[in-house]
Amino acid sequence: MFPPLPNPSTTDTAPRFSDKDLIRRSASTVPAPEQQLTEVAKLIDVSKCIGCKACQTACIEWNDTHPEIGFNAGVYENPADLTPDMFTLMRYSEWDNPETNELEWLIRKDGCMHCADPGCLKACPAPGAIVQYSNGIVDFVHENCIGCGYCIKGCPFNIPRISKVDHTAYKCTLCSDRVAVGQGPACAKACPTQAIVFGTKDEMKQHADGRIKDLKSRGYSNAGLYDPPGVGGTHVMYVLHHADQPELYSGLPKEPKISPLVEAWKGVTKYAGLTILGVAAGVGLVHHLVMGPNRVSETDEEHAQELTEGNNDGRV
Amino acid sequence: MTNSWTDIKNTDLVVIMGGNAAEAHPCGFKWVTEAKANRGAKLIVIDPRFTRSASVSDLYAPIRQGTDIAFLLGLINYCIQNDKVQWDYLKAFTNATYVVKEGFTYQDGLFSGYNEAKRDYDKSSWDYDIGTDGFAVVDATLANPRCVWNLLKKHVAVYTPEMVERICGTPKDRFLKVAAMVAETSSPTKAMTSMYALGWTQHSKGSQNIRAMAMLQLILGNIGIRGGGMNALRGHSNIQGLTDLGLMSNLLPGYLTLPTEKEVDLAAYMSTRGFKPLRPNQMSYWQNYRKFFVSFQKSMWGNAATPENGFAYDYLPKLDLPGYDLLRAFELMHQGKMNGYFCQGFNPLQAAPNKKKVIESLSKLKYLVIMDPLDTETGRFWENHGPYNDVDPSQIQTEVYQLPSTCFAEDDGSLVNSGRWLQWHWAGGTPPGEAKRDTWIMAQLYLRLKELYTKEGGAFADSIVKLNWPYADPGDPKAEELAQEINGRALARVTDTADPTKVLAEAGKLLPGFAALRDDGSTSCGCWIYSGCFNENGNNMARRDTTDPDETGAYSKWAFSWPANRRILYNRASADLTGKAWDPSRKVIEWDGTKWSGYDVPDILPMAKPDQVGPFIMNPEGVSRLFTRGMMRDGPFPAHYEPFESPIANPIAPKVRGNPAARVFEGDMAQFAESASQEFPYAATSYRLTEHFHFWTKHVITNAVMQPEFFVEISEQLAAEKGITKGGWVRVWSKRGSVVAKAMVTKRIRPLTCDGKTVHIVGIPLHWGFTGAAKKGFGPNMLTPFVGDANIETPEYKAFLVNIEPITGPVA
Amino acid sequence: MNIDLSRRAFLQTAGAGLAGTTLGALGFGDSEAAHAAAIRPFKLANTTETRNTCPYCSVACGIILYSKGDLRKGEPAEITHIEGDTDHPTNRGTLCPKGSALLGFVKSPTRLQHPMIRKPGSDKFEPISWEDALGRIARLMKDDRDKNFVATNNDGVTVNRWITTGFLAASASTNETAFATYKVVRSAGMLVFDNQARV
Repeated sequence: MFPPLPNPSTTDTAPRFSDKDLIRRSASTVPAPEQQLTEVAKLIDVSKCIGCKACQTACIEWNDTHPEIGFNAGVYENPADLTPDMFTLMRYSEWDNPETNELEWLIRKDGCMHCADPGCLKACPAPGAIVQYSNGIVDFVHENCIGCGYCIKGCPFNIPRISKVDHTAYKCTLCSDRVAVGQGPACAKACPTQAIVFGTKDEMKQHADGRIKDLKSRGYSNAGLYDPPGVGGTHVMYVLHHADQPELYSGLPKEPKISPLVEAWKGVTKYAGLTILGVAAGVGLVHHLVMGPNRVSETDEEHAQELTEGNNDGRV
Repeated sequence: MTNSWTDIKNTDLVVIMGGNAAEAHPCGFKWVTEAKANRGAKLIVIDPRFTRSASVSDLYAPIRQGTDIAFLLGLINYCIQNDKVQWDYLKAFTNATYVVKEGFTYQDGLFSGYNEAKRDYDKSSWDYDIGTDGFAVVDATLANPRCVWNLLKKHVAVYTPEMVERICGTPKDRFLKVAAMVAETSSPTKAMTSMYALGWTQHSKGSQNIRAMAMLQLILGNIGIRGGGMNALRGHSNIQGLTDLGLMSNLLPGYLTLPTEKEVDLAAYMSTRGFKPLRPNQMSYWQNYRKFFVSFQKSMWGNAATPENGFAYDYLPKLDLPGYDLLRAFELMHQGKMNGYFCQGFNPLQAAPNKKKVIESLSKLKYLVIMDPLDTETGRFWENHGPYNDVDPSQIQTEVYQLPSTCFAEDDGSLVNSGRWLQWHWAGGTPPGEAKRDTWIMAQLYLRLKELYTKEGGAFADSIVKLNWPYADPGDPKAEELAQEINGRALARVTDTADPTKVLAEAGKLLPGFAALRDDGSTSCGCWIYSGCFNENGNNMARRDTTDPDETGAYSKWAFSWPANRRILYNRASADLTGKAWDPSRKVIEWDGTKWSGYDVPDILPMAKPDQVGPFIMNPEGVSRLFTRGMMRDGPFPAHYEPFESPIANPIAPKVRGNPAARVFEGDMAQFAESASQEFPYAATSYRLTEHFHFWTKHVITNAVMQPEFFVEISEQLAAEKGITKGGWVRVWSKRGSVVAKAMVTKRIRPLTCDGKTVHIVGIPLHWGFTGAAKKGFGPNMLTPFVGDANIETPEYKAFLVNIEPITGPVA
Repeated sequence: MNIDLSRRAFLQTAGAGLAGTTLGALGFGDSEAAHAAAIRPFKLANTTETRNTCPYCSVACGIILYSKGDLRKGEPAEITHIEGDTDHPTNRGTLCPKGSALLGFVKSPTRLQHPMIRKPGSDKFEPISWEDALGRIARLMKDDRDKNFVATNNDGVTVNRWITTGFLAASASTNETAFATYKVVRSAGMLVFDNQARV
C-alpha cells in the first residue's frame, strides 16, 4: 500500500510555503525564490478508480463549497460539469474495446492539472490573480481576480469556472492549505482505492511505474503515464490503461498545449517592448474599471484582435 | 464474514457475485485493489450489470438475476468433471464421505418429502445413516453411491456449461473462462475469496445462493485460510451486531433460539439442543448451549431467574410460528391484527416491498412510534405527497409519534463490522434540539411501563417488573454499563472445571470470556459470543493497537473480534491433518506437537490433536456440510429455482414455480406476474448506488448533489426498441405499482439470451423518497413483490418483472 | 505549424496577454505580492478530535470528528469537519462519497429536533413534550398489551406472548442500544420483532 496521508494536526502550525515561494504571478513579476521547494504531485491511477465520487464530496466538504442539487441527465456525471463550487468531477465513458471486444468503463477524475507551464496564469491579465509556487501548485487569488475568464481560454484542459456570485474564477487549489501544513489534498486522503495518491513528483512517477508494470502484465500493453510535456509536465498526472489514446477518457487531450496565441503574445511583449503597447494596456485597465469584472466587450475583443493579428503577422 | 476486510489483501482471486463491493463498500474494496496491485490477484465480477466493481475487474461475466445457483452448481460440476478439488481438505474437513439415508431423493426440482399444500417438506429423509455406535456412517473411500459426494456429483450433473448458458444467459465461453480461473484455486497454495451481499440474499432462495458458493469454497479448500472465506459484506454499519444480539423474532442473543410453544419447559427446550457429536472426539461446541442460555436469562431477569423456575423460562414469549419477520408484520397489520408499531432507525415505507400494501398496513394501526435522527417517509406515511405518497390524511386514524434520536456523532458505543470487529466510538458533538440517545428513550419507556404495571398490575407483569435494570441512573443507562452487561459477570466465584483451585472470576467481576460461562446461574452474560469484549482488562473494543506481526492483516490488538477475538473463522482448516499450514506462506495457526498457536486465536481447543478433532467445531460432525441435513427449509442441496416473477419457466423443472418452499401469503400470489408474462416482459432488479446510503443520504445535501434524481438503467437495445432516449422520462410498472423515472441508457446493461429468449434487464436504484434534500422520487419498492427467502424471509427485491414505456414529460 | 484556433479563443488569449503584461509593467504587480495570500488558514487548527466510526456501511471506517468545544470537558461541541482516520487498519484514512460527506448528515436540515405528534386524521405534526410523548406511548403500549396478551395457548401451555404491537430495530444503532432495546422489547413479550438485516 502506498503510505496513506497522515491525519491532520489540530495544533496551529505555520504554513510550509508562502508568497516567498512564488515562481510565477500573473501579469507581474516575482523575485526568484531563495529556495526551490520539492515539487509535489497528485497521481490519479485511472485503472484503480471505481468512480465513486469520494473525491468530489471530500472536495466539497474541505473547501466548503455549495454546489446546487441538479437533475439526472441520463448520465452518472453529477454535477453535469465542473462549476465554481465543484472543483473536481468524475467523468465516465463507456467504450467497446475493438481489440478485445470487451466493454470498458473508463472513469476519469477531471480537475486542475497544476501544469508546470500554466496557461491560465499566462493568460491572466489581473496581477496576482493566479500564482504558482515552486512546489508546482497553481492557485487562484480571488481578491485579485477580475473575472474576465481568460484563464479558461488559456487552460488547455478547460478547468476554471467563473462564479456568478462573486464573479471570480475557481478551480482546484491542490488543497494548498492542507499541503502547507504537511497534509495532502482532501481527495487523495479520501480516495478509497488509492487511485489518487499524493507525494513528491518523483515519488509519484516511481509509483506510476509500478502500476504501469501491473497493467502491462494484465494485457494493457499501452499503459502509461500522462504527464504531458506540452504544458511542461503537470503536477496532477494520470496512469492510463490506454496511454496511447487519452482522448478515450472523456476527451483528455492527447497533446495539450497552451494556446499558441498566449505563447505568441508573450513572445510579442518580450520582443516588441512595452512602450508600443501602452495604449492597449490603458484600454484594458479602463475597461476593467468601467465595465467591472467578467465582461469582455466586442470593442475590447476587436481592439485586441487588431493588435494580436498585427503581431502575429510579424511572427509567422 | 469468515475473514476480515484487511485479510482480502492475501487473496489470489476475488469473486464478486451477489454484490458490488466497489459500489457499496468502496473502502473495503480497497483491499481487493491491494491484492491486485501487490499479489497480482485477479478479480472476477459476475452480475447482470457491468458495475463499478466490473469496471476494475479482470473478467466480467453477465448473468440473469435470480440464476446464481445454476451458475454456482455449474462451477461445482466443472470442478468435479475436471478434477479440480482439494481432495485432502474435502475428505477430512467436509461431510463428503458421510452416507445419506435411503429415501432421500431429488427429482423434477423437488426433494423427497414435499407437501404442496403446505409448501413445505417433511425433512426426515434428509439425514445421515446413523450407525449402531450412534455416530454417522462414513465411507472414506467415497465409493458408496449414497455418500454425500456421489449424491452431490449426481445433483450437479445437469448444470453443464450449456445449461448454465441456457438458464443464466452467460455465454458458454465466458462461463468456462470463469470456471477455469476459479478451479485453479483448488491448489492448496491458491486462495479465492467470495465477496457477496444483498445481491445473493434478496431472493426467494437467498440462503441457498450463499450455500452454493460455500460448498464450492469447501471443495476448493478455501475456507479457514488467509485470503479465502465466505465474506458477507453486510449492508448497514451494525446489522451484524443487531443480528448477533438477536433482534429478530425468533432469536436470543448469540444465535440462541427463542422457544416455541411446543417446548413447554426448560427441559423440553434443551432436549432438542443437546448437540451430541455425530463423530468421535468432536467438540460440537453448541454442547455448551445451556450455559449460554442460562447466563442470558440471568442477565435479563437477575435474581428472578432461578433454577426452580427454569431460570425464568416462562418470562420469554413462546413462538407459535417460525417467526414474525418484517413481511409477516405487515401482513398481520394489513389484516388489521396489529395495533402498535415501533420503528427505531428503520424506514419500512421505503424499505419494504410493495409500498401500496405497506401504506394500507400502517393506516390500520392505532399508534406508530418513530425514533430516528432523520425525518423518514414512514413517519409521514399519512401525509400527501402527490404521486409519491398519494394518501388522504383525513382517512388515516393512526396516531404517530416522531421522537428525535441522536446520531453516531452524538453517542458512545460499539458497532460490529462485517469482519465481526466490535469497535468502540465516542461522542464528539452536542445533539441538536431535544434529540436524545436511543438508550435514554428505551429506558424512559421501560421505566414508565414498569411504573404502570407496578401501580396497576396487568397482564403478566413479572417479566417487565422483574427485568434486571442495574444501571447507576436507571433512566439513562451508560454505554459502558450495557457493554459490561453484554460481556457478562460472575455472580459467584467461577473456577476452572478441570482445576477448581484456579479462579476464573471472583463474584461481581467481569468474565474473561465465554469459556467461563456456567449453567447453574453463577454467571450472567447478555450475549455469549461477545464475552471478552469488556472484561477486567478493560474495554477491549476500544483498543487501538495497530500491531500486525508479519503483516498478515489480522490486527489482533485492534478492537475486539467475536468470538474470543478470533479474526479468521474455522482457521484450524488452514492446516492439514498433521497440523501444518496447507500453504506455508499463508500460515494462520499451526500445531507444534502439543498445541495450536499462530497469528490468530485458534478456532479449536488449543490441545485438540489435528488428526482427531475436526475444524468445524460448532457442527456435531466436526466437519463442514456439503449436504446440510434438515437444516434448510428448501433442501439439503441448493437447486435452481426461478424467481417468483420470471421471464422464463424453470428449464430444469418447468412445473415448479419459484422456490417451492418459500412462504407466500394469500393474496400476494395473485399479485405476481405469471412466468414469461407478456404483460410484464422485462426482468427488473433493484440496487444501491455508491453516492448514496439507503434512504439516509438523500438528507445530506452533498450526496443529493452527487445523485440528485431517481432513474432507471436500460440497455441501448431496449431503449431503441421502446423509443426511450437518454435522460428522457419513462414509466415503469409491475403488477403492484407504477413509477416514473429518468432513463439512463447504457452499454453496461445488455440483453441476455435465456432459454432461447431475449431477456431485457431494467435496473432500478433504491435511494429516493419524498423527504430530504434530493429530488422527490419513487424507488423500486412501489414495484417489488411481497415474498421472501424460504429460510429467513429476505424479500425478493433483486428479481421481478416490469414493463416500461417512454412518457412525454415530467409529472407533478 | 498550422494554428487552428477559434476566433474567440484567439481574441481572449490575445487580449489577456496584452493587458496583463502591461498592467504588471505599470507597477501594479509587485506591490501587491505581499498581500496575495492564496493559502487559506488551516481550518482544523485548535479544534477537538474525537474518534468515531462511520455509521453507513459495515466496512466501519474509522473517522475523526473535529469540533469546536470539547464534550469531555463538559463543553457544548459543534462538529465542524469529519475525515477518515489514517490510524484505522481498514480504511487508512480513506472514506467513500458518503463518509466524506458525513458532516452533512450530522447537520442535515431534515434532522429531527423535537418530539412531535400527528393526531388521528390530522394533516400535520404538532410539537409535544418528551414527558407527554413518553407517558402517552407507555399508556398505549400497556392498554394494548393488557387487552391482547396471550398468557396460555389453546393447549394450556404458558406462552406469554404479545403480538399486537411490534418493534422494528435499526441497523446502525450501537450494540448497547440494541441490548437495551432487546431487554425492553422481549421482557414485554413481543414477538413481532425484526431488524434491518434483510433490506
